Amino acid sequence: MASDKISVILVSDTRERLQMAAMVASVGAVSGYQVSVFLSMNTLAYFVDDDSPEEVPTEGHFGELLASKNAPPFLELFQQAVELGDARIYPCSMSMDILELKKADMVEYVEEPLGLTRFLDEASGGQLWSF
Amino acid sequence: MELIAGIKQGDIGEEFEVLSSDEGSAKDIPEWINKVGHELLDSFESDGVWHIIIRKAK
Repeated sequence: MASDKISVILVSDTRERLQMAAMVASVGAVSGYQVSVFLSMNTLAYFVDDDSPEEVPTEGHFGELLASKNAPPFLELFQQAVELGDARIYPCSMSMDILELKKADMVEYVEEPLGLTRFLDEASGGQLWSF
Repeated sequence: MELIAGIKQGDIGEEFEVLSSDEGSAKDIPEWINKVGHELLDSFESDGVWHIIIRKAK
């Protein structure tokens, strides 16, 4: 039987990976899957609520095309995953500590920081994707 | 995503028409409609633009 859970672990800072992860999260969430996203390592800085647009590095030609073809920004897709599909987005507690961030520093649609052990426990039995 | 937001806010029975220059949408949107249980009324291409017509079913 197909699982109804999708868990996404994000560690990258490149446009292609963030865009694909955002598409998996948003399409999954609005298609009836229970979606959880774990933001760790190089990904976390994009979710800091500091009003300054980040420069997003690309891995290749496709990433440059994404930027030039008006693809929906990945942050917007993650927000829609939450607002339209009840996805839950968790900052990694270890990465938050290392970057000296608090929940109040983050965009408002992310949850309280979560540890990897708890996230993996919640992901058990479902699809797990990493980017 | 704009379609999904629109459907979420609309009334049951309401019809929506999506216009897209992207053939991928013409394939993906019916898949999504089928998955979540709305009704696909029509899907056709005219002058390079795809028209996908949906009725909100629940």
